[in-house]
Amino acid sequence: MLDVRSLEKAYGSKQAVRGISFAVEKGTVLGFLGPNGAGKSTTMRMIAGVLEPDVGDVLIDGKSIISDRRAAQAALGYLPEGAPLYNDMTPPEFLAFLASARQIPKAQRKDAIERTIADARISGVLGQRIGALSKGYRRRVGLAGAILHDPPVLVLDEPTDGLDPNQKRAVRALIARMAPTKAIVISTHTLTEVPAMCHRAVLVDRGRIVADDTPEGLARRSDEGTLESAFARLTDQVEEETL
Amino acid sequence: MTGAIRQQMSGFTATYRRELNAYFATPMAYVFLAVFLLALGLFTWEAARFFDSGVADLQPFFAWHPWLYMVFLPALAMRLWADERAAGTDELLLSLPLGLPGLVLGKLCAAWTVAGTGLLLTLPMWLSVNYLGSPDNAAIALTYFVSFLMAGAYLSIGAAVSALTGSQVTAFVISVVIAFVFTAAGWPLVLSTVQTLFGTGFADLIARFSFITQFESAQRGVLELRVVAYFLGFTATFAFLNCLWASRRRLG
Repeated sequence: MLDVRSLEKAYGSKQAVRGISFAVEKGTVLGFLGPNGAGKSTTMRMIAGVLEPDVGDVLIDGKSIISDRRAAQAALGYLPEGAPLYNDMTPPEFLAFLASARQIPKAQRKDAIERTIADARISGVLGQRIGALSKGYRRRVGLAGAILHDPPVLVLDEPTDGLDPNQKRAVRALIARMAPTKAIVISTHTLTEVPAMCHRAVLVDRGRIVADDTPEGLARRSDEGTLESAFARLTDQVEEETL
Repeated sequence: MTGAIRQQMSGFTATYRRELNAYFATPMAYVFLAVFLLALGLFTWEAARFFDSGVADLQPFFAWHPWLYMVFLPALAMRLWADERAAGTDELLLSLPLGLPGLVLGKLCAAWTVAGTGLLLTLPMWLSVNYLGSPDNAAIALTYFVSFLMAGAYLSIGAAVSALTGSQVTAFVISVVIAFVFTAAGWPLVLSTVQTLFGTGFADLIARFSFITQFESAQRGVLELRVVAYFLGFTATFAFLNCLWASRRRLG
């Protein structure tokens, strides 16, 4: 479903991503973990076709983001970091804009928007401008935008960042409901939600993959047997190596 | 071929509608229209002495168009791309399966529509001169048309520069400076200076590329295709630059 092939990206002289490859099949939720500045968001931007990789390619549903960008982007739902939204629109206006931009046939637009509003649980705020919404609702509106066209591949950059525990649970439940039919990549800082949400965890540090395992397998790599200590050990270790 | 163009232009309708709604969802369009009309009225009556000319035509009114456009239209266009960049929504936009030309023209045409609305709201002026005398209505209609085209040229400068920066204020200031160069190139003061410095030939060349020179030839009431082609070509050039500058975001 999603095939990421040796991506590389430099900003000026700073190498942000140095050869990241992984593949995600339908039914898998992949947790994309790593410290700040490890290259998570840069990688996700390249998958979404927002940023052009210096080297490498991404295949989404078999279509290349380099040579067939629009077809690849049509098969992808993307939630950018911080869930940027148009503050002057209401959620239904925003979804209608995306439906039109994604060229969902007119006859199906109403159904798609209604289904998404129900899935993302935003029916209580339909009349409000997005700029007036709470952080939790903003995030859910962003998620609604990502799943509107029912894409086979979802890339969500920190979908639960800044949410309260109830909102986090609601987002996790939504992801769990979609998981069986989609390939999903999620980046997160909250390690405790990884075992509950992800089938697989890819840990990146300084633009490289340092571990690719199940959350349980990753946790076993540390003496204490927790994800947190494994995270600290694997990302610290690399730091020592480069010193 | 047509398929490729349709793909590039996908997103035009969605973008156009979104941007037009954004202008009217906030006080922006209303404030723009009110202040623009107020300024145009003030300049026409007070500065150009509309009634004292004793001639029933709109010459004193049209003469101010380039100067007011130079300041007001970059203000209308400055948010088009800079705002997306500041809010981070450009990332959302670039992740959609759309062609950049459709986005660029959708945004430009939305601003153009607001400017056109401002122009439409000056129609009472036209009615007034018909009440006062018998003006050359064909010439006035033609001048309105060319003024609308000229508005597009000014907006295309503002929109393209807006894609260069995340700050609306920076976009506005740079756009006004560029717009001033293209406007004032036909100003007698500038022209005579250029003439003394570089000779008549060069001054003629400069004058030919000035908005004022092009616009004045329309006011004579003769439809010159050259003028239409000039403003459309100018707008297309800056829309192309706009595409280039907006696509730089993909390079990181």
